[in-house]
Amino acid sequence: MELVCPAGSLPALDVALASGADAVYIGFADDTNARHFQGLNFTPQKAAIAASKVHAAGKKLFVAINTYAQAGAFQRWQRAVDQAADLGVDALILADMGVMHYARSRHPDLNLHLSVQGSATNAAALTFYHQHFGITRAVLPRVLSLKQVQQLAAQSPVALEVFGFGSLCIMAEGRCHLSSYITGQSPNMNGVCSPASAVQWQPKGEGMDTRLQGVLIDRFDATERAGYPTLCKGRFDVEGKRAHALEEPTSLNTLSLLPALQAAGIGAVKLEGRQRGPAYIGQVVNVWRQALDALQRDPTGYHVAPEWNQCLGKHAEGVQTTLGAYDRPWQ
Amino acid sequence: MKLSLGPIQYFWSHKDVLEFYARMIETPVNTLYLGEVVCGKRRELSPIQWIDLARQLASSCGKEIILSTMTLIESGADLKGVKRLCDNEGLLVEANDIAAIHYLSEKKLPFVAGPAINIYNAQSLQFLMSQGLKRWVVPVELGQQQLRAALTPLKVKPEIEVLAWGRLPLAYSARCFTARHHGVKKDDCAFVCQQYPAGLQLKSQESQSLFTLNGIATLSGMPVNLLNHHASLTDTGVSHARISPEWEQTEIVIETFYNALRGSSTASLAGGTDGYWRGQPGIDLIARE
Repeated sequence: MELVCPAGSLPALDVALASGADAVYIGFADDTNARHFQGLNFTPQKAAIAASKVHAAGKKLFVAINTYAQAGAFQRWQRAVDQAADLGVDALILADMGVMHYARSRHPDLNLHLSVQGSATNAAALTFYHQHFGITRAVLPRVLSLKQVQQLAAQSPVALEVFGFGSLCIMAEGRCHLSSYITGQSPNMNGVCSPASAVQWQPKGEGMDTRLQGVLIDRFDATERAGYPTLCKGRFDVEGKRAHALEEPTSLNTLSLLPALQAAGIGAVKLEGRQRGPAYIGQVVNVWRQALDALQRDPTGYHVAPEWNQCLGKHAEGVQTTLGAYDRPWQ
Repeated sequence: MKLSLGPIQYFWSHKDVLEFYARMIETPVNTLYLGEVVCGKRRELSPIQWIDLARQLASSCGKEIILSTMTLIESGADLKGVKRLCDNEGLLVEANDIAAIHYLSEKKLPFVAGPAINIYNAQSLQFLMSQGLKRWVVPVELGQQQLRAALTPLKVKPEIEVLAWGRLPLAYSARCFTARHHGVKKDDCAFVCQQYPAGLQLKSQESQSLFTLNGIATLSGMPVNLLNHHASLTDTGVSHARISPEWEQTEIVIETFYNALRGSSTASLAGGTDGYWRGQPGIDLIARE
């Protein structure tokens, strides 16, 4: 299985390569990618440096152009595709059918992957993208159980990539408008979820209120560490019960599923975190490299070393991890 | 501009569904969408029963009848259900996942692209029109300006449908939030969502109405209400204003929209949001006049 690692900057990219990434994915510094954060991502010049570094290391570079092109601004997405093609990248990760159609017609030899934002969860959808745009790989949304992933892998016309570690999206990616509804900034169009510009941290007595665009997402007392106000991970009232009605702050960690994923024929495992710094990238990539190497050496003897989980736990949201939808009871 | 009635988003009993449509055929909506769009476990009506009901209505009530497919397809059974609806032989289908578009375009059948199909620009729209897209139900977050910009480059435009009243479908998940609220697993849900024919209200700790939990779907807390915008909807090229079924009030809403569109009444519908249409956060309330 290929280890696909995030990089939001050149230092992060260096660390990802040094720590054992097989492929690194990056985005341009604008709203053409789904991690459009201030001060992150790559100008065309930096992307060219990234391409030469990755290729000098004998690894692959993917460019994510995985937001939906805004009406009247299609040229920005076209330009991103052209720039990536000029860099000789190993794949483009796309979500928008118009952008895919453009990439396929303008650069017929370019390798295309379907982004997780494309929301393809079944064989018929994958076949559609394969037939019309020649995609060779698809990243699966984090909504299928392990059994469903196994069944889909057996039928899929293209290689599948699944998420291994990182912030847990509990909604089908590409089909979640919660953040857009509250902030007006959309993951699909602007590449942002719960954008920092909409976040307010309000100290309250000994505790802290966290808000998004004025909406109270959570209220922490002095004993709790205030988490980032992501809408799906706040505490809300439902029929008089106050709880994490959607999900607790937690990260996905599928180290324990690696043998099953490999046996199912999953082609690649993706780590989330282009918004994270080099320290995160280095430690997390290193753990996954060790795990994949151990699996390769001895598939039947593979077990998750406690120190791997300890390390990932440190970097997890809310310092806890979950198998998410892969695990049926979670659903 | 015509009026359409979107698919029922909630889990209502077979009896309630039949009674609802018996009432709806008496209303002045032009189009009825039928089918389960949220959860594959909601089988009060099977795909075949939905097709039968749709055929029966199509032959008797003089309205346009369209079958809607599921939005999030997780299992082989879900996918079979989608295929069954697409193979209905005769009725137009609203595709809510690319799977349905795949089946319909293979058979060279025209289709309606539902609100969860991500079309945000003229290029995607044009591609899907080449595959049979006849009507575009616009993604909930597209406002007037963006819709106009998406349509401007097109020489031939599809029919355009906008959700004009009802709770906005905002997100879909593997997890059933209604089951979670009841402390049961999705596999043992005992269809608790049927206890909430209007969904389950989720509020902030300051009692602000944010979302409506509806099984695996999350809807807006308040209904969108574009009654006051009917002139700008028409101007933008919208051919169908969609009303989303709610447990209460649906007939009043239809009646009010119908009268407003004919210019025979200036009655208003209280409350709701119109932020998305105005290019603002969707939750933004209609400004007081």
